[in-house]
Amino acid sequence: MSTEARNPIESGVPDPFQYMHPVMRKNFGNWAWHDRPRPGVLRHVSHTGDQIWTVRAGTCRQMDTDTIRKLCSIADEFGDGHVRFTIRSNIEFMLADESRVAALVAKLTEEGFPVGGTGNSVSTVAHTQGWLHCDIPASDASGLVKSVMDDIFHEFTNEEMPNRVRLSTSCCQINCGGQADIAINIQHTKPPKINHDLVANVCERPSVVARCPVAAIRPALVNGKPSLEVDEKKCICCGACYPPCPPMQINDPENSKLAIWVGGKNSNARSKPAYQKLVVAGLPNNPPRWPEAVAAVRKILECYKENAHAWERMGEWIDRIGWPRFFELTGFPFTRFHIDNWRAHRHGLNTSAHIRF
Amino acid sequence: MAKKHHPTPNLDQLEPGPWPSFVTGLKALSNKSEMIGDLLGQLEHSYQTKKGYWKGGTISVYGYGGGVIPRFSEVADKFPASREFHTLRIMPPAGMHYNTDILRKLADIWDRHGSGLIAFHGQSGDIMFQGARSESVQPAFDEFNALGFDMGGAGPSVRTSMSCVGSARCEHSCFNEARAHREVLNNFTDDLHRPALPYKFKFKFSGCPNDCMNSIQRADMAVIGTWRDDIQIDQAKVGEFIAEKGRNYVLDNVTSRCPTRCMSLNDDDTLTVDNHNCVHCMHCINVMTKALSPGKDRGVSVLVGGKRTLKIGDLFGSVIVPFMKLENAEDYERLTELGSEIIDFWAENGLEHERCGEMIERIGLENFLEGIGIEVDPAMVSQPRTNSFVRTDMWEEEAEKWNQRHTGEASA
Repeated sequence: MSTEARNPIESGVPDPFQYMHPVMRKNFGNWAWHDRPRPGVLRHVSHTGDQIWTVRAGTCRQMDTDTIRKLCSIADEFGDGHVRFTIRSNIEFMLADESRVAALVAKLTEEGFPVGGTGNSVSTVAHTQGWLHCDIPASDASGLVKSVMDDIFHEFTNEEMPNRVRLSTSCCQINCGGQADIAINIQHTKPPKINHDLVANVCERPSVVARCPVAAIRPALVNGKPSLEVDEKKCICCGACYPPCPPMQINDPENSKLAIWVGGKNSNARSKPAYQKLVVAGLPNNPPRWPEAVAAVRKILECYKENAHAWERMGEWIDRIGWPRFFELTGFPFTRFHIDNWRAHRHGLNTSAHIRF
Repeated sequence: MAKKHHPTPNLDQLEPGPWPSFVTGLKALSNKSEMIGDLLGQLEHSYQTKKGYWKGGTISVYGYGGGVIPRFSEVADKFPASREFHTLRIMPPAGMHYNTDILRKLADIWDRHGSGLIAFHGQSGDIMFQGARSESVQPAFDEFNALGFDMGGAGPSVRTSMSCVGSARCEHSCFNEARAHREVLNNFTDDLHRPALPYKFKFKFSGCPNDCMNSIQRADMAVIGTWRDDIQIDQAKVGEFIAEKGRNYVLDNVTSRCPTRCMSLNDDDTLTVDNHNCVHCMHCINVMTKALSPGKDRGVSVLVGGKRTLKIGDLFGSVIVPFMKLENAEDYERLTELGSEIIDFWAENGLEHERCGEMIERIGLENFLEGIGIEVDPAMVSQPRTNSFVRTDMWEEEAEKWNQRHTGEASA
């Protein structure tokens, strides 16, 4: 144990130029165009004629240090020793010319790092921790991601989709994974089970009351102890009370289900960014391989691949064909739960005579 | 010393298959880390019981309030070596550039002080060094810090930011993302390291409207590159594109996919753009990467208020600055000042656990704009008000403000 306290150096965000590939440093802000010679490989050409070749590969995001060292050795031996990571935890190796691209692709493939994730492919699922490290999860993102990506592996290493497809998954309804073309998210279906013996000591009760989106929580005396109670008729089972008050257990091995949402879009290309929409709920949270959720994702991807036009993102495709056709194609039931009843819900209603038959 | 391995029949099923397996990596680590051996045991227990077993707590490093995510096991009696499994959030270089030397140094530090498990990266953009005992947090941080890395954000604070690869490699880039990212964030290190805001506040920087950082969705303040002059067209390359792909491809996939139909293909295989109607969506530039590029008068649009579900439902950021230049030092300083204005107003007026966008939803965008000293602009709305429930007895004064701004612009 150190006896002297060391003041932190409040250096903030590190300067990237010290780690950047020299060709990228030299041509910073001076790039002219790019193309994709093959899936997983990008070529960027600068106004000076310089080129930078990028090979993108999938990772499992949480990596042991030896895997990281293996990636470093590959970068040193087959590349120029410079890498970066994408927002979806893909690793990118930068090379100053094409000559070593094929060998790098072959090496990565041999070592089990799939090359792909560019252009109109399905890229790695954006996700967080789950049971491995999070304090509030009902599922395990890493395992679900592995199961989904094994199943749609071909779509990561090829560019056969109408447009890019972005997936995410989240182990609670806070939804760290975020908006995506297809999002696989926990959806709780039962109100929290309260351990009244612990609430008074563990939870700041007014904050917990304030946290509830539907004002279903109120202070109460239970067995003579100050606690909280939930109006279960009002409760929407969102789990917002659980992080500030762990004795309000929302996770339930059987009743915390998975729901699938589609049509989220972050890019401004063509249409404005869009929220993801509910497609199917009530899927079992079924480790270790989550076959029901994996099958549902595959079904949606197959319908999109077969039916969307070039450049249509998932949500744009559905906007063109209409939701009745989407539910018909995918075979998922349309239920009362698909009709939004949250704030500003009328924006989701069809206030026209535009109806497809 | 031989490590104890727990049977992991569920996790074992996550090893086969073509996608990289985190379980295989954890198992390899467990040969040298007792902590990871017990972590695998606890994870298998979670897979069997479908429950999580981590509880939070309070751990920090000297001088800072946040950045460490404490985890204490609820099943430490069964898995004692992973009783404490804290995460250090460390901010990566802007754009997540590394060389192998620095990655190896980071890995070595984590082998010395932690479990050897690292996530590149968390959803806020931190390097997540996962698995430290309480007493290892400070020495690990000291070594990262000495190497030029600083703690990321956690709790009610300015959070670690993200910027795209941008000018380093991408021809779509409309500003120096790394500079904006570092200048803005490094101005808020106090708010980042010592959580004292109503809730989290995230900046994100995307070089163009493709918004690869998903900033509209997930940033309280999104800075997105754009331009306000004409799209640059290389007509010779348009011709080459048509020769390769065909006219019909351009009609179906470029001109007719333009959201405002502002492009037309001429009989001589050139393209014409009605630039006043271009909304800078990026689609045509994405398709014709060689023939089309953003204009030369570049800058950024700023949107405020994005966030995910809790508490009031998903919010996208909305425009508060349609365009500002980001060229010289004053421009970058103005961007930082805008961030300060917003955070100060929100710190003053936001409720506990209320994101900036939720506050704006509660008080109205017009009040927020007044609070941070920004004039209204029609680019901030997709349409004007559709209901009459508003007092308009100050109409003349408000109209006069608009008129004066426009007279000023005309004479400037």
